[in-house]
Amino acid sequence: MDFQQTFFEIFQLPEAYHLDVDQLSSSYLELQKRIHPDNFSSATDTEKRHSLQWATHVNEAFTTLKSPLQRAIYMLEQRGLSIAHNPDLEPAFLMSQIELREELDDISETASEEIDAALSRLDGFKSSVKETLSSLEGSFAVQFDVELAAAEQTTYKMQFMNKLLVAADQLEEQLLDY
Amino acid sequence: MALLQITEPGQAVDPHQRKHAAGIDLGTTNSLIAAVRAGETDTLPDFGGAHLLPSVVRYHTDGSVTVGAKALESAKEDPLNTIVSVKRLMGRGLEDVDTLGDQMPYDFVTKDKKGMPDINVASGPVSPVEVSAEILRNLAHRGEATLAGPLDGVVITVPAYFDDAQRQATKDAATLAHLNVLRLLNEPTAAAVAYGLDSGTEGVIAVYDLGGGTFDISLLRLNRGVFEVLSTGGNSALGGDDFDRAVASWLLAASGIEGEISKGQFRGLMLEARAIKEALSDQASVKVDIDLDGLIVKSEITREIFDELVAPFVGDSIKACRRAVRDAGVGLEDIKHVVLVGGSTRVPTVRAKVASYFHTEPLSNIDPDRVVAIGAAIQANILVGNKSDDEVLLLDVLPLSLGLETMGGLVEKVITRNTAIPVAKAQEFTTYKDGQTAMLIHIVQGERELVSDCRSLAQFELRGIPPMVAGAAKIQVMFQVDADGILSVSAKELSTGVETHIEVKPSYGLTEDEITTMLKASFEYAEADVATRSLTEAKVDTQRVIDAVANAIALDGDRLLSQQERSSLNETLAEVQAIATNSERASEITAASERLAKASDEFASRRMDDSVRQALAGTSLDELSESIADAED
Ligand SMILES: Nc1ncnc2c1ncn2[C@@H]1O[C@H](COP(=O)(O)OP(=O)(O)O)[C@@H](O)[C@H]1O
Ligand SMILES: [Mg+2]
Repeated sequence: MDFQQTFFEIFQLPEAYHLDVDQLSSSYLELQKRIHPDNFSSATDTEKRHSLQWATHVNEAFTTLKSPLQRAIYMLEQRGLSIAHNPDLEPAFLMSQIELREELDDISETASEEIDAALSRLDGFKSSVKETLSSLEGSFAVQFDVELAAAEQTTYKMQFMNKLLVAADQLEEQLLDY
Repeated sequence: MALLQITEPGQAVDPHQRKHAAGIDLGTTNSLIAAVRAGETDTLPDFGGAHLLPSVVRYHTDGSVTVGAKALESAKEDPLNTIVSVKRLMGRGLEDVDTLGDQMPYDFVTKDKKGMPDINVASGPVSPVEVSAEILRNLAHRGEATLAGPLDGVVITVPAYFDDAQRQATKDAATLAHLNVLRLLNEPTAAAVAYGLDSGTEGVIAVYDLGGGTFDISLLRLNRGVFEVLSTGGNSALGGDDFDRAVASWLLAASGIEGEISKGQFRGLMLEARAIKEALSDQASVKVDIDLDGLIVKSEITREIFDELVAPFVGDSIKACRRAVRDAGVGLEDIKHVVLVGGSTRVPTVRAKVASYFHTEPLSNIDPDRVVAIGAAIQANILVGNKSDDEVLLLDVLPLSLGLETMGGLVEKVITRNTAIPVAKAQEFTTYKDGQTAMLIHIVQGERELVSDCRSLAQFELRGIPPMVAGAAKIQVMFQVDADGILSVSAKELSTGVETHIEVKPSYGLTEDEITTMLKASFEYAEADVATRSLTEAKVDTQRVIDAVANAIALDGDRLLSQQERSSLNETLAEVQAIATNSERASEITAASERLAKASDEFASRRMDDSVRQALAGTSLDELSESIADAED
């Protein structure tokens, strides 16, 4: 068994940031059809163990490549760059983060009076964060090949934007009282 | 009980013979068993023609038990010894049981504060796992009688929302009932299999399952035999029982009854409430005039009143749906069908609210009581090796996040909910004191931030860490969740390469020892039978390995083994077969089985590699034709 293969190699995809999601999914399903533990429920323990290891590995590879952020982090790691916990970021970006956080707080505070208005503001907030994210993804794809340090910075920004999205989702949960 | 089939000595079992497989829906209220026979899948009735087995077990003073409808009838007169809704106790600690309050009028005893409490019944204390095993045993006998032979394997369904402790408890019950579990299957996935394979439904579907004690909502994508769970959610303490309780309190209030009522009266009232509720599914109002041991309940309840009483519960279920839809990352418009499962989906207001939320008329063309068992039977039939032509792949997810306790009683999530399983994650720890040689690891499951709000799965001490300065040791704890959703944990010290063996002592589950003791104690298998039983089991298990290896050689031996390897493996196979057939010693047979497994190890690896290569070869061929097509454009 070859656990040395990169996640891209597992699915026979080119090692590039932009990937064909449909092809990723279909390779994934094709692989799982062969290796999933359900195919081995009457097999020997060795086969069961191998299949569990493989299915686990393929799931990890798939989950990583499917997420634009995880994929970026993974590609950086492949180049020997590990993600810092407290990265240095441009002051301008940090300022904008603070503003976005404040906007989220504001939405939360006004929610008690006008729930529907707050929800639609939250929707707008989320789509603008998503837009920023997709433009960051575009930058990463370009930077990765020419300027690794810039790609790293972009990844940190993606991380921040993702956290905002998670916070927005949590707020939405609260407002809708899931 | 069915007669055991015994082959003639020296005569090997034909590996191509059809195996007996069954699907079991172990429900809170009702349980069922189903099987595929002559290409048709259906639930199996008992001698009296009933398909549903009430999940009720009554214990008598002499140690004998009654299971099912007969036991249910006695619930009123013998409430303490008649266990209903035992599924609610599976994998639960005393605290959870206390929150169930009145619903569980039993005499609980705990060995220690942590474990699942036992229930004191006429014959002594029994664990919820043992009670469940009685239900499984009863169904298994029904299956063996109908299929005329012992069951080679079963698929048992669990609510998708079940946590690790509840799953483990279910597996333990199967072990006690001597069942070979091919897979624990999530109930909504089972229902989807039944619908998907029956009607060729494709696209995203929602499965809404409201039973007696649990509610489950799952979103799945169906695509050419692949059942991919996108998200799952629910509430393991929401169901028709809540409706019954609401009706019962309303009846008491309407009849002006206040204060304490006896356990027997309470049980009686709940049974009446349930009958009234079920009648309200078909009629607009029900007149009530009952006498429960002097307690006179007289009133009339309309469907409008009932709808209002249950509205909060139905509302909770819709909230869970909303969350599951969001977690799946799909829009409501993407959901092609909504499938109804569980007896409580017969309630008109439930159907109406579900239809209005999903903007579609829900499907219930397969009996909502039986659909789960039917799906489980289809899957069992495939897993046991009676390969049908259906190529089926079930991809499930982890229902609840797994995490660790960190400083200040907070939870650090290690694997988040709705991650595809099987999954493994490693987490690294370090020591915070010089010379520290042990650390306490606490694993929890749930979504909340505080440890106290999550379910405690296991606590264990990692010992034998080599003494070093604070922060120098690197301990890696590995979490592995298998395809059944069951967790196992291992740990090692990385800086010195010392593998630290750890034993995960489940907080709620039973230990291996306890299971062994219960197996021995189970009265059905008296002392002398234990030895015979373990011999039979060793033979069956070994035969399974022999069949698997023989089958693999037949399929791939030519391609993947050299002449010499092949004949050597065949030799071992023949030797082990001889031992399995002739030996009367379980230990000898088990040793032979292990020898065969070892001898076939390398072959197994090659086969796995080969199938991975083949899967990819298939893809690259598609790729190739695509790129040719692109080039021609
Ligand atoms: N016609 C009906 N109308 C309303 N509720 C019903 C009806 N038939 C069954 N039920 C309820 O369905 C529940 C049992 O559903 P079931 O799917 O068998 O549960 P479980 O999966 O928890 O064992 C009980 O609460 C029962 O009262
Ligand atoms: Mg059910």
